[in-house]
Amino acid sequence: MSNLVTNVGHAHGLDHGHDDHHHDSGEITVFGFWLYLMTDCILFASIFAVYAVLVNNVAGGPSGHDIFELPYVLGETALLLFSSITYGFAMLALFKGKKNQVLGWLGMTFLFGAGFIGMEINEFHVLIAEGFGPSRSGFLSGFFTLVGTHGLHVTSGLIWMAIMMYQVQKNGLTATNKTRLSCLSLFWHFLDVVWICVFTVVYLMGTM
Amino acid sequence: MANAAHSHAGHDAGHGSVKSYAIGFILSVILTVIPFGLVMYPSLPKDVTLWIVLAFAVIQVLVHLVYFLHLDRSAAQRNNVIAFVFAALVIVLLVGLSLWIMFSIHSNMMAH
Repeated sequence: MSNLVTNVGHAHGLDHGHDDHHHDSGEITVFGFWLYLMTDCILFASIFAVYAVLVNNVAGGPSGHDIFELPYVLGETALLLFSSITYGFAMLALFKGKKNQVLGWLGMTFLFGAGFIGMEINEFHVLIAEGFGPSRSGFLSGFFTLVGTHGLHVTSGLIWMAIMMYQVQKNGLTATNKTRLSCLSLFWHFLDVVWICVFTVVYLMGTM
Repeated sequence: MANAAHSHAGHDAGHGSVKSYAIGFILSVILTVIPFGLVMYPSLPKDVTLWIVLAFAVIQVLVHLVYFLHLDRSAAQRNNVIAFVFAALVIVLLVGLSLWIMFSIHSNMMAH
């Protein structure tokens, strides 16, 4: 396995002949993580397709028009967008080598992300309490699956971010931590991209 | 700015600057607020609103890819862009063909 990675790195270096920036294993790790994200895109695409097929099957229950509150969704969207830019600032601080700034921006990103998840859990709780849980209709099954899968991804990102804050605090801005934070950066911004599709297809088109 | 770009030639393309994040953020705010406004305060015909909302979503995804995920035409990003374009093709086929099949079945089997 380590042979494979070394060979790939070597071949990549040869391709470029005179490489002025070295391709270390960190860059290959980040590229591999990008490939994982592309497969995650396909997972979300499948769930979006399921949702679009089921969206009109309300089985006498509520449609999106009846249960979606756009000002609330705009609030969630704002939290996620703020968390994207604060993570960007964490990455800028990382490449300047400023450990405390990295921790500060990661902390703010974590709070925005946690606020988003809190709002989403509250939204789910209110819907289920009103009897509009995932078992109520095909539409609601699709809705909870799609929005819930995104929420689980954001929750995983938050756990990862908490671990990274601990590791940066303990070990500093090492090459390993830089690679990990670069992967988490891709993951976090990717989740914001998926959320654009969610609020457009689910909430805006559902309310229209 | 130019100095910063030269001092880490290989890296700067990969992680943007305060300016690029700020541009991406402002564009995202505009591209979010307008579609929400159009749906919350309907003022245009429904099909026009739908196309504007979809177009703004596609543009905002591209804004995020360029300003937050730093995809561009540089050599360092080429493999990432190829992987993304392939994934986008798979997604269009997966979603488009699934919906085509399912709605054809629906109109052939259940409409009457």
